[in-house]
Amino acid sequence: MKISEIIESLKLEVATKNVALTAEVTGGYASDLLSNVMGQASAGMVWVTMQGHQNIAAVAALLGLSAVIVAGGTAIEQETLTKAEKNNVLILTTNLPTFEVVGKIYALGVKNTK
Amino acid sequence: MSDTKKMKVTYEVAPGDFERAGEASSGIKRLLQRIGIPAEVIRRIAIGTYEAEMNVIIHAGGGIVTAEISPDSTVIIVSDKGPGIADIELAKQEGWSTAPDYVRQMGFGAGMGLPNMIKCSDKLDIVSVVNQGTQITMLFYHVDKESK
Repeated sequence: MKISEIIESLKLEVATKNVALTAEVTGGYASDLLSNVMGQASAGMVWVTMQGHQNIAAVAALLGLSAVIVAGGTAIEQETLTKAEKNNVLILTTNLPTFEVVGKIYALGVKNTK
Repeated sequence: MSDTKKMKVTYEVAPGDFERAGEASSGIKRLLQRIGIPAEVIRRIAIGTYEAEMNVIIHAGGGIVTAEISPDSTVIIVSDKGPGIADIELAKQEGWSTAPDYVRQMGFGAGMGLPNMIKCSDKLDIVSVVNQGTQITMLFYHVDKESK
């Protein structure tokens, strides 16, 4: 599934500028612990988190994630967006809580194969 | 790359610099991508280097990250002149952390750094002296583990 379909279905806000919305989503992961995400998430996954600081862009870039969804209306630092845009990381936001975001994405048929 | 060719890059990691955190690991990742190392191997090197880089920023007041890239392996050496690790076996346990609260609020300090480094690398050595510093050496063979 393309990330654009998830954006449309969940009515997510696209926070980054000039980052393509065409990435293929291969699965997902939800956690606010960055080392846990580093160890468990893999390329192409969408990551749902409540963290809004710039290290989420570094983690997503290193792992090659398809997008980061910052849930629960968490404020995102401008530096996070700058860093994400520089590294071609797509950041999406929503007021929905993490549980709702994950449930909706799962219902769309995005599941982890591993 | 021919057998005689060995590449070495060094990055300085500034103390408490959460803004530039990940620069050493992403720089090394880009370099490995350019020379055509398998993606699965790059992923493990990037994760291990990022964790070590974050440890240096959080605990040690900065340090040096060096990558030595050979045709069949990469060695990452991360050294600092920080407080050192009093009990290395304890530090290797999942969930053990001495990170301050402000760091934990950012989602670090879950005690997964060293365990992740051990999991990602083919060999990991720690030399640490309290009040003098720590040096972590990680060896990664350029062999895709997932396709084996």
